[in-house]
Formats: sequence, C-alpha cells, structure tokens
Amino acid sequence: MTQISRRTLITTGIAAAAGASGIAVAATLARRHGLIPPDSGGIFGAGETLTYAAQRLLTRHAMAREFSASEISSNPFANEVAPLGDEFNRLQAGNFLDWRMTVDGMAARPTTFSLAELRTFPTSSHTTMIGCEEGWTYIAQWGGVPLSYILDRVGALPQVRYVVYRSIQPDWWESIDMADALHPQTLIAHRMNGGDLPVPFGGPLRLRVPRQLGYKSVKYITSLTLTDDLRKFGKGLGSASPEGGYAWYAGI
Amino acid sequence: MNATLPLAPAEVRAASSSAAEPKRHAALVRVTHWLTTLAFLALLLSGGEIVLSHPRFYWGETGNVNMQPWLNLHVPSSRDTVPTGYGYVLPDQNGWSRYLHFQAAWLAVATGLLYVIWGLFAGHFRLNLLPTSSHLNEIGMSILQHLRFARPSREEAWSYNVLQRLSYLVVIFVLFPLMIWTGLAMSFGFDSAFPLAVRLLGGHQTARSLHFLVTIALVLFLLVHITMIFVAGFRSRMRAMITGHVGTGPSGESRARLDSANQGRATAAKE
Repeated sequence: MTQISRRTLITTGIAAAAGASGIAVAATLARRHGLIPPDSGGIFGAGETLTYAAQRLLTRHAMAREFSASEISSNPFANEVAPLGDEFNRLQAGNFLDWRMTVDGMAARPTTFSLAELRTFPTSSHTTMIGCEEGWTYIAQWGGVPLSYILDRVGALPQVRYVVYRSIQPDWWESIDMADALHPQTLIAHRMNGGDLPVPFGGPLRLRVPRQLGYKSVKYITSLTLTDDLRKFGKGLGSASPEGGYAWYAGI
Repeated sequence: MNATLPLAPAEVRAASSSAAEPKRHAALVRVTHWLTTLAFLALLLSGGEIVLSHPRFYWGETGNVNMQPWLNLHVPSSRDTVPTGYGYVLPDQNGWSRYLHFQAAWLAVATGLLYVIWGLFAGHFRLNLLPTSSHLNEIGMSILQHLRFARPSREEAWSYNVLQRLSYLVVIFVLFPLMIWTGLAMSFGFDSAFPLAVRLLGGHQTARSLHFLVTIALVLFLLVHITMIFVAGFRSRMRAMITGHVGTGPSGESRARLDSANQGRATAAKE
C-alpha cells in the first residue's frame, strides 16, 4: 500500500465514521424535539423529515401572512366535494342545529359541543390565503374558535402531541402537531367573509390551518382526538393523506 | 498577452505531482455535476406532473379557475375542475410528485451549496468560469463559431469558452438561486417566517409563474448544453465529466501535446 492511498483510506474512514455518528446524533435530537414526521418511512422519508424539521425549527411561532379586507378574493374557488351523504343532508335540512363536534382522547373533560355552543365561544378571525397543492389560491376572512381554546376547555393533558380531526366524509381524517394545534391562527372555523361558513367551503365547521396547504383545512369537522402517538390511528402514517400518497406535513 | 489557459488549482496540483495525466474536471465538479443532473431531472419530472394538476398561471397573490390566467398551457389536466377543453382527465400523480420534488430539491440545494463553497475556496469560479477581458473581446467570434456549429479547437477541451463561462455563471448564480427563492416563496410555512420572500416577488401566484419561467430557461440551457456536447464530441466530453480524463482522440488531446502547443502560442503572442 502506498503512502497516499493509506492516508486517503484513513481520512475517508474518519470522515465516514464522523458522518455516521453525526447522523445518529441528529436523529436522536430530532426525535427528542418532535422533528420526525409520522410518514418518515419509505423512499421519500429523508426529504420529508428534512422539510418538516427545518420548517418547525424556523416557523414554530411564526404567523401566516394576513391580508387587508380589500385583498379578499371576489371569486374564491370552493373545489369540488364528493356527495356528502344522507346524514349530512339531514343535518343541513335542520339548519345544522344538530351538528356536533366531539372532543376525546387525552383530555381531562372529553366533551361533545353543539354548533350553537361553539358559536357562543370567543371568536378569532384572520384574512389569510388558502392554497391547494394543485397550485391555486384565494384569500378570505375566516372566523371561528381558536383550537387552543377548545383544548383548554376540555383540559388537554400535557403529554398530548397531536390533534387528530375527522370529517363527516367517510375515511377523511387528518392530524396536526401542537405547534399548529396551539397556534393562534388555527381555528375551528364557522364564519367566512362575515357570514356563516358556506357548505361548499366546509360549512358548518372547518378546521383552518393557514400555515399549511388546503388539504389540512378539513371540511365538515365532526370530531377531534387528542393523542401522544399517531401510530394508533389508521395505518400509522399520521392521517389519510399519506395513506393516499400525499405528505402528512403540508407546510410546503 | 499571455494566452496560456488558466488551470484549476486541482489541475495544477495534479500536473505537478507524478500523475501522468491531469484531470480535466476536479472530482468535486464531476460528482456535483451528476448529482445535480439527477436532482434536476427528478425536479423536472415531478414539477411537470404538479403543473398538470393546474396548468394555468397567474400574477399577484391569488389565482384559481374562477380567474383569468396570463398563461394557459392548453394541455390535459389531472383534475376535472380545470376547464381544459379535453374530454378526459389524467391520473392524479401529485402525491409522489410532491414528495419527490422536495426530496430532490434538498439534494439539489445541498449539492449546490457544496459546489459553491468549494468553488469559492478552490478558486474554481475565479479561475475557470469568470471571463477575462481577452475572453470578452472574443465574444463576437465565439458567437459566430457557435452559430456555425464549428467543432471547438482541441485546446478548448481543457478550458471553457466565453459563452460557456457566461451561461454557466448565469445558471449557477442567477437561475438556480431564483429557482430556490421562487420555490420557497410558494411554501405557506416558509412565508410565515419570511414573509418578504414572497412579498418582494409580488405574490404567491407571481412566485409560481416565475418558478415556471425559470424552469423554461433551465430546460433551454439543458437542450443547448446537450447539443454542444454532441457538437464538441460526445465521447470525449462525457469521459471528461465522468473520469476526469480527456484522453486522446479526434476531439480530445493529450495534455502533454497541448502544453507544448500552448508554449508555442504563448511565445508567439508575446512577440
């Protein structure tokens, strides 16, 4: 073995060992600080983890951009919705007076709220942009109960790490981490542009997560579950989106 | 004027060592070139798939099918909500396309950072890419040669001509940074922390339109780049970018022979 190749071998070996232990340390730290998304397995796990971890480190408390009233879109697009089913039609015929949202899981006081009750809770509103993963956008004023208020009210346990939420549409469920769940702009929205939230836009209740793409702002919310472990839900990937091939984290 | 060709430090080192033949491209240039190629093709494929779900472009903050686009690609779409005029809808590929797009973007950015930091320290940009005044004086002739698809002279296998230098610098320091900027500006999470990123561009849809236009510019660069490789000699150029060796042959020339030729040229230029 020549001098050069031995030196190269040793340098390469040290670099490889440093790299491997660096990755191991980074992974441990990332896990401890909740920077690993539930869909981190598979061939796209590396990119997904980098995106989620980087954005969480940069954006934990950042506020979604807000717009002036004059920037509200005069022609928002509601996107198409699959037929909502008999149960929804029955509730709609009753002006949604019987609409309920259940909150369970890791809460001291699991509760079922009626729509009327939710409407009496403190309301927050913001004029923000909603964007679809397809690329289109519109701006609207959204009003509703901050999710953090609901979490307080049901006595969310300190070990809660995610909020799982479900639509009346079968098999449609999502989840967000506490950075978004406790974020002041995350709403259980029931108002849009000064009126009741219209059905095509998710009325009577829609979860509004303005720092993520529209598919995290699930329409027709019927229940929330507070949990410390997303592996217990569905296929364990965090939400219905990764089960359908879409990323769990949609901040990009 | 000294007409000898500038050498990258790696080449100088290699030439002064006992190695028989210096490398045309430093190992780092070769590795980052092919990693970037891989990332770019993945980004192009996945980006194209994402565009198909809404092949319309707008200016400003908002844009959707209820609004007038400045550009409608008039291609079939993967969503039935987009009025395309076609009687069918393509299969939805956005899930894996978005996963792949961001993973490849990380690869492109990491590779680009490695290349740029190395290039600054190694003098790669200053020595190999920054055109000298003599290069700039030759620009008219270089354009003529390119228009004639003239096969480059043998010494050009060891250096970049002025048009190459300028186009590579534009790709590295203008188009790639614009691509990253306009891409990040479309991220709702990123914009919450850095709202100026999208505001300076003029809005979310403007960022998306610019992202598309810069893609067109990069694809044009790629087409010209590949065409020029064929004009210059596919085998020799590919060999140089893979193994680092230019080799001998119709469009490659051994370094030793080239050096003596340059010596002659340099002497002639001084006289």
